[in-house]
Amino acid sequence: MAQAASETRPKGWWRSNQQTITPWLFLFPGMVFFGLYVIWPIFQSIWISFYDWDGLRAPDGSTNATWIGLGNYAELWGDRAFVTSLWNNLWWLVLYLLAVPGGLAIAIFLNQTVRGIRLYKSLFFFPFVLSQVVVGLMFAWFYAPNFGLFYNLIEWVTGDGVAVLANPKLATFGIIAAGLWPQVAYCMILYLTGLNNVAPDQVEAARLDGAKGWRMLWFVILPQLRPATFIAVVVTVIGALRSFDLVSIMTSGGPFGSTRVLSYYMYEQALSEYGYRMGYGASIAVVLFMIMMVFISGFIFKMIRDERGLG
Amino acid sequence: MFPRPIAQVSRPARIAYQVALPIALILWLLPLLGVAMTSIRPSSDLAAGNYFGMPSSLAFSNYVEVFTKSPIAQYILNSFRVTIPTVIGVIVLSCMTGFALGIYRFRSNLLVFFLFVAGNFVPAQILMVPVRDLTSQMGLINTTTGLVLFHIAFQTGFCTLFMRNFIRALPRELIEAARVEGVAEWRIFWFIVVPLMRPAIAALSVLVFTFIWNDYFWATVLTTSAATQPVTAGLFSLNGQWVAQWQLVSAGSIVAALPPVAMFFLMQKHFIAGLTLGAVK
Repeated sequence: MAQAASETRPKGWWRSNQQTITPWLFLFPGMVFFGLYVIWPIFQSIWISFYDWDGLRAPDGSTNATWIGLGNYAELWGDRAFVTSLWNNLWWLVLYLLAVPGGLAIAIFLNQTVRGIRLYKSLFFFPFVLSQVVVGLMFAWFYAPNFGLFYNLIEWVTGDGVAVLANPKLATFGIIAAGLWPQVAYCMILYLTGLNNVAPDQVEAARLDGAKGWRMLWFVILPQLRPATFIAVVVTVIGALRSFDLVSIMTSGGPFGSTRVLSYYMYEQALSEYGYRMGYGASIAVVLFMIMMVFISGFIFKMIRDERGLG
Repeated sequence: MFPRPIAQVSRPARIAYQVALPIALILWLLPLLGVAMTSIRPSSDLAAGNYFGMPSSLAFSNYVEVFTKSPIAQYILNSFRVTIPTVIGVIVLSCMTGFALGIYRFRSNLLVFFLFVAGNFVPAQILMVPVRDLTSQMGLINTTTGLVLFHIAFQTGFCTLFMRNFIRALPRELIEAARVEGVAEWRIFWFIVVPLMRPAIAALSVLVFTFIWNDYFWATVLTTSAATQPVTAGLFSLNGQWVAQWQLVSAGSIVAALPPVAMFFLMQKHFIAGLTLGAVK
């Protein structure tokens, strides 16, 4: 403002300050949207998790929410469905990471220059383009008792079919397998791009030194693929914790609640025939958010380091 | 190149590779092929237990039936009504935020940037209750507009990350030269930066189109009726109605999957470029 006082004409003030003002003008609409729909709701959810609320509002906008402090969290502590969801999320997290080596393996398999390889690469990537709803329906068909392809395959091999999605012990793994299908495709495409950028002279030099096979992969190729691996791990971890669609489509959390994950259990509590318990749902969401924040902070921390490193 | 190019290995190994390729592909796409086959199988085949053999006839009537006996056409229209405005909105917002964060050096630049990046990764469930409440207070619950507004806001996070990094990689001299000439900042944006951003805009458009078309969670949270539901949520309710009519479920799934699939095959280069951003140094 001191500068504004020294310059009498507003045009001059704008000229000397436009480099400070312009970025904020450009950021304004994006920040308003993002703040209103993403940042602020995070705090609202944390706040709502201390209330008992059915999600309804009177015509004047008031609610009948009652403050119960840590009541929702205390209830979570003894809620077996919550514990099941937490365990399943852990299974998702661990098994979903198989997508990373899986994607690498397919990428190495496809990293050749033969006729039609481009089409092969696109077709291998194909599952990622499909909606998870479609993937879920496809695998539900695949596993379906009596006529599903997978069911018949198992029956043919072992003499006894397994109805994967009806079996409380197996259903979660059946869903994770369905989730791996598009995720492997995603990791594959990340690694194909990475392999494309591996320095050929280093590979040739290593080859002259007698490196090949696993040793070549481990000591020469993988270090160069680190950026791809990093992104693959990040998107896979986030994807595992976000898993909702497949659980909803394939089993709706069943049989007997055995396939619930936190994201689905939250939805069930807050917005389904099981009840409109917004506060309780919000508390589940907060737990999921806290778990994810561990990974998100790690990711952001590394990005900040890279930013600083680049200057 | 890694692995060793197949042209340099022995002849039997080369032939083995050529044979392995199509077999691996068929195994990989087995669920998809199964569903595609089921979608053109007459229901009599399924009733007679002919699940995997040759279909007794090609029943494209399944597709006709999906369109005539279910609101799937309406669902697809709704999906377009959500997806297209979202893509436009996101591109506009993220070009601006990306420009601001990529070009200007100011103190809170990194803070704002990482707020967008971090927000992009939060689970949808932490936003669900407040966003649903906000949408209903605006009177937009069960409308495509309500869905569009949320999607624009949420996708801005990822797109800002993308655009900002893209703009960072542009030659700075261009902008410095324009400033020396006394070109106004908004003109630099419109006449210099935006034209250079075309590849990024193309990549993000394809990517966001696919993400939004395939969104299921927000579709179920913010829309409830056939008049507004996108095809993902619609397919789920149809699945409930078509119990054990797998030929219809399959045909419906394939119809719902077509637009993003077509988008992918037409714009493959941009799609991959968008997805693999950051995968190489």
